[in-house]
Amino acid sequence: MTKDKILLKLVYALLAWVSLVSGAQATPRDSVTVMTLWGGKELEAFEGILDAFEKRTEVAVRVESAGRDLSILLMARLEAGNPPDLAVIPNPGQMRELARRGHLIPLDFLEPRGYPKAFIESAQFCGRQYGLFLSADAKSLVWYRPRLFKEGGYEIPRSWSDMVALSKRMATEGKTPWSIGLESGAASGWPGTDWIEDIFLRLHGPDAYDRWVEHEISWQNPLVKEAWETFGQILFNEDYVFGGIMGCLSINFADAALELFTEPPGCLMHRQGTFMQSFIRGNYPLLAPGRDYNVFPLPSIKGGGPAPLVASGDLISAFRDTREVRDLLSYLASPEAQSMWAKAAGKLALHVDVPISAYSDPISAKAAELLTTAEVVKFDASDMMPAVVGSGAFWTGILDYASGMKLDDVLARIENAAQRAYKGGQVLR
Amino acid sequence: MNNKLAWLYMVPAALFLGVFLIYPTFSTIALSFFGPRSVEFVGLANYRSVLTSSAVLSALRNNLLWLAIMPTATVALGLVLAAILDRVRYEAIVKAIVFLPMSISFVGASVIWKFVYAYRPASRPQIGLLNAILARLGFEPIGWLAVRPWVNNLALITVGIWVWTGFCVVILSAAYKGVPRELVEAARIDGASEFQIFWHVILPHMRGTIAITFTTMVIYVLKIFDIVYVMTNGAFDTEVLASRMIKEMFGYWNYGSAAAIATLLLLLVIPFLTISMLRFLREER
Repeated sequence: MTKDKILLKLVYALLAWVSLVSGAQATPRDSVTVMTLWGGKELEAFEGILDAFEKRTEVAVRVESAGRDLSILLMARLEAGNPPDLAVIPNPGQMRELARRGHLIPLDFLEPRGYPKAFIESAQFCGRQYGLFLSADAKSLVWYRPRLFKEGGYEIPRSWSDMVALSKRMATEGKTPWSIGLESGAASGWPGTDWIEDIFLRLHGPDAYDRWVEHEISWQNPLVKEAWETFGQILFNEDYVFGGIMGCLSINFADAALELFTEPPGCLMHRQGTFMQSFIRGNYPLLAPGRDYNVFPLPSIKGGGPAPLVASGDLISAFRDTREVRDLLSYLASPEAQSMWAKAAGKLALHVDVPISAYSDPISAKAAELLTTAEVVKFDASDMMPAVVGSGAFWTGILDYASGMKLDDVLARIENAAQRAYKGGQVLR
Repeated sequence: MNNKLAWLYMVPAALFLGVFLIYPTFSTIALSFFGPRSVEFVGLANYRSVLTSSAVLSALRNNLLWLAIMPTATVALGLVLAAILDRVRYEAIVKAIVFLPMSISFVGASVIWKFVYAYRPASRPQIGLLNAILARLGFEPIGWLAVRPWVNNLALITVGIWVWTGFCVVILSAAYKGVPRELVEAARIDGASEFQIFWHVILPHMRGTIAITFTTMVIYVLKIFDIVYVMTNGAFDTEVLASRMIKEMFGYWNYGSAAAIATLLLLLVIPFLTISMLRFLREER
């Protein structure tokens, strides 16, 4: 702490105070504060899970919803020396950054046995556990409407080339195979990063994927370039995507999925994660998941084997080491709390002891099965990268590429940002 | 005694400026020589990394584009409107309308214009005003905010002009009315055309006000942030220095490089500030 930062801290203290006023008196001993980014249904589901804990332990859990400004508020509270006990962190990249700055408590007391490997490893920093995943989203899914596939005589594609052939056939029949929405406010571009990640994993396998995440492979490496070009073959084909390239750039990611349901349909396939179900349900509550719309795994590119899966998830980290914090974390890691996530539609539990039958809808059940049976499960690459790349240059790179910048220039730009971000070893001071 | 009293009166203002302006300025400059967490002294490393970052360089380019267009456009429009409106009966109403955007917050204005520029594929109904007009006239819709590098940046600058023209009109119109009528009459009797009167009589009289208005615009444009942040968040090469600074600070938690960008901005503003200060002092005398 330098003297020069006093003013900064004043501002932070003010911000922290404002955030405190929204819901707080002094924290009593046997209570825990959790800062989350959720609102609406997700928040309700989380509070439901906490209720059971509160009843059993008589520890009061106070949830502060910071929404999308979570990382700003969290940093403010940290600088003011007044962090919450626990916080839901947007992604493992930010968790690593917090751990690197020494803000987080290592969670050695947790033994997340029964968790998929990808979800243990991505919550680690320097070999120690700093985060616990509460739930997961499977990403490598393609949404479609069984009725439209049946009417068109289309089969679920088993390989990437099948899928491209299917796209071509749909296009020649005057239909639009895909809808890709890259717009997402300040986070625009991220839906494209999911495509690149899926394609990279399918082209080059899990080891190369890990090296790419850790920046041991340059962004200008031909492996990376190949993944972008494969995406470009779909993205830049005006007959393959709804609204052409300008449509992709302007359509919001959530609206893009809804194009499946317009009359006539704006698209026949849409690649997006499990969380899309809540958007679809919100707009079309009368349609039955599994019957009126369904998902198939994005097929593999090389070899005929089962497709690898990219997944992401919400993780929680601790800033204070108290008995209550430990109790709450152990509870959240238990199959009991996890199966409550499963019941809240759209979220996947991580513990293997949560049976598939715990899911209330067939799409979540299918995704959960993929998550536990897929040979290769990898965590979302952009979420793992330092924010400068993972939620900065990679996002804008997608938009640069889609809006006509030459791929070499796009990748050079991301590489430029990556060199700043990864440089300087582990500890940044 | 009198002198001492004067100093006493200055204390509150000096304290206020000291705490909220002078101290933060020097603190920011100091922070720009430290690492991301302001712990380790890194010398000029932040400046080196910021000035070789393609994102920052593109932001710098865009700031220059804003600088080249917006102050000139707002002042010129303001001047023309001030001259024309002076001759019409409903001047007050028109001025009020032109000034209205000033009363909207910049974030509000940006949201309004986001709707004006909204794009939907040609097969769907257009929800954006401009594209709805284009569609009605039988043209293809345009992705105003996504077509780089000119269309989107000019679209953003247009919003800035829309917001600030009213301010220029009000200031310049007051100066216009301050030009002595006798001079204009005399010129007219001497047979000068209306254009000659405007160019050789009125403009020279307004020079001071024009310069002040122009510098105000320049300084505002260098700090431009809200419009870009709300409408594109810097995507498609529309980033400006201030929005980049916020990203480095709050998005990437890198205080060092954020402070370096802030210092760069300060350096860019200083010449313009100096010019306007000198002019101000000269006029005081």
